[in-house]
Amino acid sequence: MSMIAVNGLDVWYGDGRDLVHAVRNASFMVAPGESFGLVGESGSGKSTILRAITGLAQNWSGIIEIEGQPLSPRKRDREFYKRVQMVFQDPYASLHPRHTVDQVLSEALNLSGFKGIDRRVSQLLDDVGLGGKFRFRYPHQLSGGQRQRVAIARALAGEPDILLLDEPTSALDVSVQAEILNLLTDLREEHKLTYLMVSHDLPVISHMCDRLAVMKDGEIVETLTVTALRNMQAQHPYSRSLLEASVV
Amino acid sequence: MTLLDVSDLWVKFPTRQGLFEAVRGVSFSLGRERLGIVGESGSGKSMTGRAILRLIRPPGIVEADHITLEGRNLLDLTEKEMRDIRGEKISMVMQDPKFSLNPVMRIGDQIMEAYLVHNRVSRAEAWKKSVEMLTDVSIRDPERVMRAYPHEMSGGMGQRIMIAMMLIPNPQILIADEPTSALDVTVQRQVLDIMDKLVKDRGMGLIFISHDLNLVAEFCDRVLIMYAGRIVETCSANKLHEATHPYTRGLLNSLPRFDQPRKHLDVLKRDPSWADAPSEKGHA
Amino acid sequence: MSDVTLREWLLSDAPTSRRQARFASLYKGWLNFRSNTMAMFGLGILVFLLFIAFCAPLVAPHDPFAQDLANRLQPLGTEGHVLGTDSLGRDILSRLIYGSRITLYIVTLVALIAPIAGLLVGTVSGYMGGWADVVLMRITDIFLAFPRLVLALAFVAALGAGIENAVLAISLTAWPPYARIARAETLTIRSSDYISAVRLQGAGAIRIITKHIWPLCISSLIVRVTLDMAGIILAAAGLGFLGLGAQPPSPEWGAMISGGRRFILDHWWVATVPGLAIFTVSLAFNLLGDGLRDVLDPKGSNQ
Repeated sequence: MSMIAVNGLDVWYGDGRDLVHAVRNASFMVAPGESFGLVGESGSGKSTILRAITGLAQNWSGIIEIEGQPLSPRKRDREFYKRVQMVFQDPYASLHPRHTVDQVLSEALNLSGFKGIDRRVSQLLDDVGLGGKFRFRYPHQLSGGQRQRVAIARALAGEPDILLLDEPTSALDVSVQAEILNLLTDLREEHKLTYLMVSHDLPVISHMCDRLAVMKDGEIVETLTVTALRNMQAQHPYSRSLLEASVV
Repeated sequence: MTLLDVSDLWVKFPTRQGLFEAVRGVSFSLGRERLGIVGESGSGKSMTGRAILRLIRPPGIVEADHITLEGRNLLDLTEKEMRDIRGEKISMVMQDPKFSLNPVMRIGDQIMEAYLVHNRVSRAEAWKKSVEMLTDVSIRDPERVMRAYPHEMSGGMGQRIMIAMMLIPNPQILIADEPTSALDVTVQRQVLDIMDKLVKDRGMGLIFISHDLNLVAEFCDRVLIMYAGRIVETCSANKLHEATHPYTRGLLNSLPRFDQPRKHLDVLKRDPSWADAPSEKGHA
Repeated sequence: MSDVTLREWLLSDAPTSRRQARFASLYKGWLNFRSNTMAMFGLGILVFLLFIAFCAPLVAPHDPFAQDLANRLQPLGTEGHVLGTDSLGRDILSRLIYGSRITLYIVTLVALIAPIAGLLVGTVSGYMGGWADVVLMRITDIFLAFPRLVLALAFVAALGAGIENAVLAISLTAWPPYARIARAETLTIRSSDYISAVRLQGAGAIRIITKHIWPLCISSLIVRVTLDMAGIILAAAGLGFLGLGAQPPSPEWGAMISGGRRFILDHWWVATVPGLAIFTVSLAFNLLGDGLRDVLDPKGSNQ
């Protein structure tokens, strides 16, 4: 059984004349423990798919299943959020400016219904390689990479099975990107996580993922394995042009 | 031939913890070439570009032995003389065209204004010249674009319009600060090609500021690598992949590569001594 | 902590406890604020006012209600009456000093009621959207559409004259702008990633509004309130002047101006001195508000 199954997904914004179809008829499956990538340029609808899965985008039709259970378009219960978590693109925007790291993580643990929060906060910080001395800092006292580690720790707080990664390193320097990608690789192995990763950066996706889907103008034009991609076996002309632009 | 010569440039900002030195004693020269400045955020690369145009506002402090353009030290000029330098001699293209274009003015009016400021010609003449410029940056329907507002343009179009605007007064030097970072990869290539062609045709000097090593390696002639406000290494762009400084090597190795799949990426280990070593001279 | 000074402890970039993190951020705000001379000047005046109001019986040279008709309308600098006396021979300085209590009382009550009401309405309206937003914002519009003093007059007329009713009336007319500000802030905060993130943790609307949105709205409201303080004091004085606020013989500053109005040509100080007091305090609040804006604005330079 697949961990995430998306079938015939349509997502739209606005209504009447302003109706924008962000995603059209998208279908893909992600196996348990797999890492699946969505690649495309800005406006291709790749992030919108993540927002539909998490319920942040509510206007969608089609079928989204998590471990065989279909999701309703609007409501997500706490059980869902314990299993599926998301890491956002911009670590400068995804942390509350007035909350310390400690507050952010304690709240996430609280909402997941954990006891022994104090110990768990230090455990989470250790997991993402930050350590205790960052615990009581405010976001403005952290670098971009450190903030993204906090965001990852927050996502891990509820011990989810699935992590949705929305361009997790595109706002970071390449040396920091390497650290975060390594961290994500290790966490996936340790916690047996399933990744669904969105990026515009083909080398990053091919480093992190086993299979990927290429998106253009809201549609998935091609789904292939990273091995096939490396061997330049992409079929669709758009995937090829993307590949050419990314390979130096 | 040297267009611009910068010697011992410092940019400082007072903070509560004392003086923060964003750029620390950088020297380089620019000829009719494409000079890349690469570094991570906070390395001082953007500050260097801004300091040349004297765009650092107080309380920021700019100090240098000299920043010489055509035998004139830019630091000695009055603010009024500096305004003439900006645009006419040196132009700058910023990262995001959305913030550089006036949202409530038609694109045509903005380009024409840029032209009319520096040239005493009729509006009809300015219109003709502007359409020509837009054609030069490969905009297909320039007459329509002239009448459009900035929000009707895509990012790639906006950036091409910015380049057109910046090149209208025929400057000798173009400073491009991350001009393609906000653009998609396929569009990036088009914009770079256009910029490249214009710079070559006109024999201009280009300072290309970017965090993207591969882009710079491919697009520039010569590269300065900045770290902690200093130049740690200079090399010609086609030899960037043979760079020797551990910082440059670290940056190159931390990039995921298509052809060499591996489980973990190399992590850059920073050596405090890199920041202390004196700045390399970036002269051709 | 023996080998570090308090200052170092507060300015540490790596706090080791919740308490230290909180104190450190307060202390940094204070350092920012302290560098603004004008704001410090405003704060100084207000601290002085607080002190005067608190120690009124000790500071005031006379009983503010003691009439002495033999000594009425004495000019400034009279022996024993530095600021002169009013039409009933009462010492103006003492009345000013006791009047500061009333001013502070009004200001405190209004500052508690109006922004909190505005914050509640604004954030709920902004976060919920849809029907709740439409209904709450139309109510706000209705209140905004009345001239402020006229609406306050109507309330006082209906409820009866007196300080409490004046406070209530001013609060009722003062909250809509706060609701507007809070709603505007909420609309930008609502779509930010950190709110999305906490929604994905499964947090409900009440938790998000109170724990995540309020802390960010409050700072801009505090700034706005201090800047509005001057207006509130003036409105209270206006009601007092019209005889609808504090009732005689209460030494409310607006009522004092009203009392001195009849003698303004021959005995100008009777109306002018309380006028100057209102002016000074209003100015102090404005200066303080400007300084606070620099410190509290989350988009400002605390980075």
